[in-house]
Amino acid sequence: MKVTIDGITIDVPKGTTILEAARMIGPEVAPPTMCYYSKLKTSGGYCRTCIVKVTQGSAANPTPMPKPVASCRTEVMDGMVVENTINNDVLEARKGVVEFLLINHPLDCPVCDQAGECSLQDLSYEHGAAKTRYEFPRREFERIDIGKYVQLHMNRCIMCFRCVKVAEQLTDNRVHGVMHRGDAAEISTYIENVIENEFSGNVIDVCPVGALTDKTFRFKSRVWFTKPVDASCDCKKCSGKVRLWMKGPDVLRVTARKNMWAEVEEFICNTCRFDRKSVSDWKIEGPSPIHRGSVISQNHYNHLNELKVQVMKQQKALGFMDINKRP
Amino acid sequence: MGRKLLIHNDKVPGINTLEVYRAHGGYASVEKALKSMQPDQITDEVKKSGLRGRGGAGFPTGMKWSFLAKPEGVPRYLVCNADESEPGTFKDRYLMEKIPHALIEGMITSSYALGAKTSYIYIRGEYFYVARILEAAIAEAYAAGWLGKNILGTDFSHDCYVQVGGGAYICGEETALLESLEGKRGNPRIKPPFPAVAGLWGCPTVVNNVETIAAVVPIVNMGGEEYAKIGVGKSTGTKLISASGHINKPGVYEIELGITVEDFIYSDEYCGGIRNGKKLKAVVAGGSSVPILPTELILKTAKGEPRLMTYESLSDGGFQTGTMLGSGGFIAMDEDTSIVKNLFTFARFYHHESCGQCSPCREGTGWMEKILKKFLNGTATESDVELLWDIQSKIEGKTICPLGEAAAWPVAAAIRHFKHEFLEIARNKKFVDISHYDRLNLIRA
Repeated sequence: MKVTIDGITIDVPKGTTILEAARMIGPEVAPPTMCYYSKLKTSGGYCRTCIVKVTQGSAANPTPMPKPVASCRTEVMDGMVVENTINNDVLEARKGVVEFLLINHPLDCPVCDQAGECSLQDLSYEHGAAKTRYEFPRREFERIDIGKYVQLHMNRCIMCFRCVKVAEQLTDNRVHGVMHRGDAAEISTYIENVIENEFSGNVIDVCPVGALTDKTFRFKSRVWFTKPVDASCDCKKCSGKVRLWMKGPDVLRVTARKNMWAEVEEFICNTCRFDRKSVSDWKIEGPSPIHRGSVISQNHYNHLNELKVQVMKQQKALGFMDINKRP
Repeated sequence: MGRKLLIHNDKVPGINTLEVYRAHGGYASVEKALKSMQPDQITDEVKKSGLRGRGGAGFPTGMKWSFLAKPEGVPRYLVCNADESEPGTFKDRYLMEKIPHALIEGMITSSYALGAKTSYIYIRGEYFYVARILEAAIAEAYAAGWLGKNILGTDFSHDCYVQVGGGAYICGEETALLESLEGKRGNPRIKPPFPAVAGLWGCPTVVNNVETIAAVVPIVNMGGEEYAKIGVGKSTGTKLISASGHINKPGVYEIELGITVEDFIYSDEYCGGIRNGKKLKAVVAGGSSVPILPTELILKTAKGEPRLMTYESLSDGGFQTGTMLGSGGFIAMDEDTSIVKNLFTFARFYHHESCGQCSPCREGTGWMEKILKKFLNGTATESDVELLWDIQSKIEGKTICPLGEAAAWPVAAAIRHFKHEFLEIARNKKFVDISHYDRLNLIRA
């Protein structure tokens, strides 16, 4: 099936979504995602950041779709023409979505463990406005204790439903979910339940923001001061393929390996994640490739100025905001 | 007097019982359908009748039925959407309360047409007493053999159940309704797949409004062509209108589609004019989510033609100068009404009823309510009007389900037609009389 996204045509198998097709082309045309997770079934469709305009439904029926569609949940048709970064309405709508996601977000990045690998941070740098138009008190929740390893900080949550889907699809017993409705909706364990499943730690990895963080790593270090190293072990429960976040000889944190879309390659078990915190537990494979969604590589380049010029050129071409120019 | 097909017997004593209903010609459509018609013939009659969904969207019912997938060995379901929660709409309640058998008769006939062995009436939680009326009626129908195994000695067996919802507006959205009916959280599903392919428990399902299903009864009785003679153009048949607001005679009226709006408001047969001799200021013609129109645009279209109570005439001029027939929740407002205050009431409702699944609606509805609150307590500025407009434009069309639009349209229309009222409040820092809200403790400045 042929699909054209921002003027680039690609051949994809039947059943591919617009988003997957765009990712095949590359990050230049791939819409940003907050709730979609290719490893989790039925994820996506909620955050609306990946909306695109379909200007031609298919070769057989060329009429455009009347409303923007969620690219993560819309399958391509043969001859479909999609506009993402070249359509001003889409960019404007996306800006609106970013604004909606941020109006009740505490913006506490300086004290948030997720800072540096937060999808919302990236999204707002790329698509958000520099100034908020929201002047009311932000929504606040009581913190809920959900167990020994995971901290739930609802104020930062953007309701992507990923952690709910992890519990549903990875573990045999989901004890948390969404309570209440509208802007009072929150992720919660009903009546202070504790999440104890052996794969529950994966909710930390899938959380796009700092709502679910690793208690064993909280406030230990900013992520960009740690060095990621790929390692493995013979684990009976999971693949044992992990990423160690090291500072000197210490393993500060263990996570699953993430790809360039900030999605984990293979989910790991809680034993690997929380209990194997010594180098002697692991077979080191080598330094991890650093991808988009990480600030760790920042300031390591000698040709930084050159790079900046290039990035700015690209951002202007794509119609993004110049983050160095603040109004 | 216009013809009445749905609630012509509403004043007959005891019409809620099977005995009286039957004596007035009830269940004739079931007899006719089961004994002399093939299921597809009924669908054809409904197509010929031009009946359009009465829940709000106005989608042709016959076409919806023909989309129903019919794979072998998979059950099909008919679900009646009785989750009537749109502010200003109360027609289904009247019908179910007064003549419950009209709905049950329609359910049986429609289910026969669709080949559904089981049907559900999903009724909103606040209508619990109506649910009891329906359940009593269903028990009567079972006892008399209109429901159950081999109805009228034919092969057709049918069971009908009433399910009471939890009182959420969002469950009136058909996929949220199905989720709720399955016992899950009432969040709208992402479409496609549509319910006609994968609905209740993944099986093909038709979801129709109460009034739509009840209208199948006269269509089968009189024939689709005869039914289509009533009305104008593509708006055929009769429609229940729930009239409320500052009119002399609020209530539920059955109209022939095609009467003029002016007739509907001022004739003694219907609303009987504006109360206390006041002037009409604005009308919300089809339930709170449709755009509000000022008097000059609701009585006459932008082209100067008289506006009719039809799907086409009311939407003439698009949203610039038109509105929608919607669910038939007709709210008239007199000259003393504050549009801003009224809009706040609507915005508060949509904020409260947003399911919280997708970002624009979850965050945007609350934001709009907060800004409108500023207008009421006199702290709004002129730029707030622009902001409000911008927020609604970023919600509309960007959400999973139509609740986003339902929340955005009233805001857009109020600013489009009554911007001066917003600006006047913002410039003069005027307080709107909110004593009524204060009593309800809804506004904390």
